[in-house]
Amino acid sequence: MAKKITIPHVSRIEGHAKITIHLDDSGEVAGTQLHVTQVRGFEKFIEGRPFYEMPSITARICGICPISHLLASVKACDDIMAVRIPETAACLRELLHCAQIVQSHALSFFHLSSPDLLLGMDSDPAARNVIGVLEKHPQLAKDGIALRKFGQQTIERLAGERVHPSWTVPGGVNAPLDTGTRDLILSDLPIAKSIVRRTLKFFKGAIDGFQDEIANFGNFPTLYAALTGPNGELRLYDGRLRFQDPEGNTVAEVVDPLEYQHYIAEATLKFSYLKAPYYIPAGYPQGAYRVGPLARLNVCGRCLTPEAGAELAEYKQRFGPVAHSAFLYHYARLVEALYCVERMEQLLEDPKITGKHVRAQAGVNALEAVGIMEAPRGTLIHHYKVDEQGAMRWANLIIATGHNNLAMNRSVEQVARHYVRGDTIPEGMLNRVSAVVRAYDPCLSCSTHAMGQPELDVLLLDPAGELLDRRRT
Amino acid sequence: MAHQISIRIDGKLVKVSAGSSILDAALAAGKDIPALCHMKGLSAVGACRLCVVELAGVGRLLPACTTPAADGMSVTTVSQKLTKYRRMILEMLFAERNHVCSVCVSNNHCELQALAARLGVTNVRFAYSYPKLSADTSHPRFVLDHNRCILCTRCVRVCAELEGAHVWDVMSRGTGSRLVCDMNQPWGASKGCTSCGKCVQACPTGALAEKGWCVEEMAKQPARVSRLAVIRGGGQ
Repeated sequence: MAKKITIPHVSRIEGHAKITIHLDDSGEVAGTQLHVTQVRGFEKFIEGRPFYEMPSITARICGICPISHLLASVKACDDIMAVRIPETAACLRELLHCAQIVQSHALSFFHLSSPDLLLGMDSDPAARNVIGVLEKHPQLAKDGIALRKFGQQTIERLAGERVHPSWTVPGGVNAPLDTGTRDLILSDLPIAKSIVRRTLKFFKGAIDGFQDEIANFGNFPTLYAALTGPNGELRLYDGRLRFQDPEGNTVAEVVDPLEYQHYIAEATLKFSYLKAPYYIPAGYPQGAYRVGPLARLNVCGRCLTPEAGAELAEYKQRFGPVAHSAFLYHYARLVEALYCVERMEQLLEDPKITGKHVRAQAGVNALEAVGIMEAPRGTLIHHYKVDEQGAMRWANLIIATGHNNLAMNRSVEQVARHYVRGDTIPEGMLNRVSAVVRAYDPCLSCSTHAMGQPELDVLLLDPAGELLDRRRT
Repeated sequence: MAHQISIRIDGKLVKVSAGSSILDAALAAGKDIPALCHMKGLSAVGACRLCVVELAGVGRLLPACTTPAADGMSVTTVSQKLTKYRRMILEMLFAERNHVCSVCVSNNHCELQALAARLGVTNVRFAYSYPKLSADTSHPRFVLDHNRCILCTRCVRVCAELEGAHVWDVMSRGTGSRLVCDMNQPWGASKGCTSCGKCVQACPTGALAEKGWCVEEMAKQPARVSRLAVIRGGGQ
């Protein structure tokens, strides 16, 4: 008899998710669905607000990476004003963004994912958390806390507040960086760098123990999308949006952000509040593409900082020019954290970082604009339309996790097919299904602009839709 | 010289000119009575009711700004009862419209917010009414956001009494009351507005703001407008 498994709550992710696994008559997995279960409605309630309020409003979408929303939003607002922001302001924004990626990647790797990696997917769920890591691997847990603190403290030093600062404004930033603060951040950089180096070394040593996960965690060819520099270098704050096919060939490049609409459309899913963006030329659902650290390292051929450049070369040597396993998101995250720390050093050592001209002023000069940047979890798109007076008429926000929606669904299906046997949910399978979702570091509260407790819910259903088993973490 | 009268404020004997309000007398005595609609130099309207005081022998609270001081009065400006009512007034102001401080241009520079902090308003007991209100962005330099308006009418008075343009007014009644420009026209369409910006500077919240400033950036200078109003003799 065909059946249905439900995992009611996915834990250690940002937001709510539920997974349903449908079994066929022979007990094999017929299909899976990842449900994102909340909606918040930001795109609607901003209508009528002055456009320059958008950064502070959209930053409230997320408490983990508000900087990403702030930056995507101010970039869209820069384009509404049709200004080129002062060079110092662009450097300061990139510096802030690097600090944000360091803290977010530290949170994802150390706090959310390391319990699976260090304590084992089949270990006691009650102890499989950051406290368990602190007991078994105290140095690594302390490193994680210290690295996240470094990122958060840098945000505070630059922007005045750790969460939802008001420093980044349309046209630039609202205050220059003084030399004392620059020196303070520089003095903390070596420790942060040594933590990332140490963690990378540890992870590379441990990765051979995860061959099964590498082979079965969302390991399938998809398209990839990420910002790159003009020569294919890793870029996080700005660049051109490049789409790459599974073989590593560039299939499209968006230079004018407004043109993203020619390549990305969003499908609406009946079972989830999270829309499913797809690459238009390939159609739906074949046009599934992935974003985020894995995609960025696939799309970018090189990295312009020395140590991260060497790590990227080694990564590509190990897994080929295009790596498809979602498990490698963790590895890619560490390479990026190293890039960000090095990039921060480069930016801080450039004399123009303390320049005093940091803001361009202008009114409404364009009625439609798009801001694209690489949030920690992938490409983030803010698309605004305003009237002549600057009041918001329409907005579309495509959040990093949204881009990965189709791929996450496929990853869950792959893991379920590999691990589900029979009509109950084995504990190890529950953990692995949760872990594969977690590998994408999904920010579901952002991507549906939802709110709620982070949990996972898995449902096992028969073909008639009858509930057979349900587990939540 | 105007005739002098004597009143007691919180037990202290104060001599003020006849015709002064209780609020003037209290200010002269160094008392800081909370108020949002009052602005020195403009006429008093008693709109916000935050300056309510207790008057010996009178069973109800009276607004200090519109109650004339009378010889021999004994006034209490600080008491548990007054604090309770003042907090309640602030809570009702917050519940009436959509005051979202975290995304407001006047965050950290707002008189309403500062007063709430001063009086210890830590939560709002009343159900928020969440009215659907618009922002008028039609003026090239300024913006009116009804969500943040507390109907103190400082803008109405400063425009009429100091600038002499009388662009602003209040229409409708009760919770339907709205600040209107001319005869309910978009601000940008007003023929009377001189774009002097005095209304913006006088506004205690982020309801009237200069365009282009982001969250926390709109620090206003009501004292300058008030000083100008006093010099010009526009009000009391």
